[in-house]
Amino acid sequence: MILTLHKIYKPSLNLSSWVRILLKKITDIKELKLMANTIRQDIIKMLAEAKSGHTAGALGMADMFTGLFFNAMDLDPKNVDWEGRDYFVLSNGHICAVLYAAMANAGYFPREELMTFRKLGSRLQGHPHRKMLPGLETTSGPLGCGLSQAAGMAYAFKHDKKPNKVFCFLGDGELQEGNIWEGMMFAAKHKLDNLICAVDRNYIQIDGNTEDVMPLDPYDKKCQAFNWNTITIDGNDMKEIVETFKKAKENKGKPLMIIARTVACKGICDIEGDCGWHGKPPTPEEAVDMLKELQQTRKTLEAKK
Amino acid sequence: MNLNNLKGLNKELHLEFSDKRIPTRKGYGDMLVELGKTNKDIMVLCADLTESTQVHMFRDAYPKQFVEMGVAEQNLITIAGGLAHVGKIPFISSYAMFCPGRCWEQVRTIAGYNESNIKVIGAHSGISVGPDGATHQALEDIATMRVIPGMVVIVPVDYEQTRQATKAIAAHKGPCYMRFAREKTPVITTPKTPFEIGKAQLIKDGDDIALIGAGPFFYECLQAAMKLQEEGINALVLNLHTIKPIDKDAIVSAAKKCGCVVTVEEHQVMGGLGSAVAEVLGEHYPTPMRFIGIQDRYGESGPPDDLIKHFKCSTDDIIKAAEELMKRK
Ligand SMILES: Cc1ncc(C[n+]2csc(CCOP(=O)(O)OP(=O)(O)O)c2C)c(N)n1
Ligand SMILES: [Mg+2]
Repeated sequence: MILTLHKIYKPSLNLSSWVRILLKKITDIKELKLMANTIRQDIIKMLAEAKSGHTAGALGMADMFTGLFFNAMDLDPKNVDWEGRDYFVLSNGHICAVLYAAMANAGYFPREELMTFRKLGSRLQGHPHRKMLPGLETTSGPLGCGLSQAAGMAYAFKHDKKPNKVFCFLGDGELQEGNIWEGMMFAAKHKLDNLICAVDRNYIQIDGNTEDVMPLDPYDKKCQAFNWNTITIDGNDMKEIVETFKKAKENKGKPLMIIARTVACKGICDIEGDCGWHGKPPTPEEAVDMLKELQQTRKTLEAKK
Repeated sequence: MNLNNLKGLNKELHLEFSDKRIPTRKGYGDMLVELGKTNKDIMVLCADLTESTQVHMFRDAYPKQFVEMGVAEQNLITIAGGLAHVGKIPFISSYAMFCPGRCWEQVRTIAGYNESNIKVIGAHSGISVGPDGATHQALEDIATMRVIPGMVVIVPVDYEQTRQATKAIAAHKGPCYMRFAREKTPVITTPKTPFEIGKAQLIKDGDDIALIGAGPFFYECLQAAMKLQEEGINALVLNLHTIKPIDKDAIVSAAKKCGCVVTVEEHQVMGGLGSAVAEVLGEHYPTPMRFIGIQDRYGESGPPDDLIKHFKCSTDDIIKAAEELMKRK
């Protein structure tokens, strides 16, 4: 259910007094977990139908997306240009199956459209394109460019004394791009505490383990040395996710990096943590088994009180 | 369609038309392994796309000559600059969109201006990259590379030619760029087919219309020539595998014979192969032309074959352009 309060409420010039409750937030942890399960099922269907795309990161980040879209952010999916919204930048665009699934379930577009993913003429491009799908803030796919764009938005909001928050999700392999570190210095210089980044710390990338390809740890210390606040969490623990985003919205003085320890392919036991699934879709047969497993997980979840 | 029935085929090229399909990038990976046996100066660098760019075979054969750079294209080209300066021959591999796409200025200054012995390899170029969509479909790389003074630019037609071109650029002193497509594409050349940087290949002689192309898309020219032949039109077909240095003589001679030229490329028509041909003809032998390629647009997600039709680069589009153009002679 979506409240459309903002349509009748004319904001005064004092923007901090905006009523910003638009997409009805889910606060119940169990309900959020069920939503994450729905999103995971959608991802499997989308990738199997498209016969291409990125499984590992999309499944691994399903809990983070659920927490962000259904609990943390102030959004109005029916009025995507609403000026008071929180902004979301997906920097690691290849995991967009999870973004599209979250957006569809939040009401940005019909869920059936998910099955057009990666097909000719679809608004759901293989990597997100802002001009195609209303509600997308940026175009991504080429790695390393999201943090700075998010910092640019956050800088403008500070400049205009606007209360909007800017969230940005990144991949851990993606952090090898120099542009990321340039953006981090900029955000720290300008004390952009309205910028909340979260890195998908799954320790995988295409060529293998991130620490073999290009060691990143101790990443929290690196961020701190760059004058950022950091929080390290289990990015597959819904309760921790919700609490962290809540704290993040009160973040002060420095930009914030949430280091979300996730498991690639989370939810599908056999392939959890396997970098071989970075850019591989399930075959139709595999998809059937994966969906069965997720439906089983759902039943167990529902049975819990 | 049996391309062996094409009239005027150049026997000296020892071409073979069959159903064999191999991605061009595999020719690169295979030849690197051969070269690595004897040439210990070759170093292969990759930015987290080792298998996609087919250098995993080299990595496994000569781990000490392989450098994993991670997702860092600007570092890829600049580290290569250092390696080249002290005598190494770095081959740097990524998707064309990211290298040279992302690090164009570094390529210009460090490879180009410095005349460094760096081989820039752009895989997954063109719309045939398919479902990944526009962000991954490099359609500008021929233009941005050929505009750099001293840069050799090669777009090999098939697997076999890629093997030979890889060998040739390893032997050439100076910066080179070579681009590949992602898909398995037809193999028409053989180990006996000669290859020389800067020397275009007259695949089929003709006098009604000249079709000039390069890369795996070139196959569309051959198919178009076959269909045109059935209509009684005798097309000349030129494989312009080296876009730079460009083979002026071959282009002018084709234009003189036919009086009109269609260029075919998996690239923006602005600044690419067609533009390079037009620059030659405009100066030396003004000739009516048509440009098949991407018409100042971005790519899109979709199956490669559908995209080729969608962007009007198919065999039928070439034929239509040829027929229209011939009326202007
Ligand atoms: C600039 C750029 N270089 C290379 C790529 C190809 N690429 C796509 S995803 C990826 C690996 C990224 O690793 P990570 O961010 O950890 O993503 P994960 O595998 O965990 O989903 C690479 C190299 C790209 N998309 N953009
Ligand atoms: Mg990762």
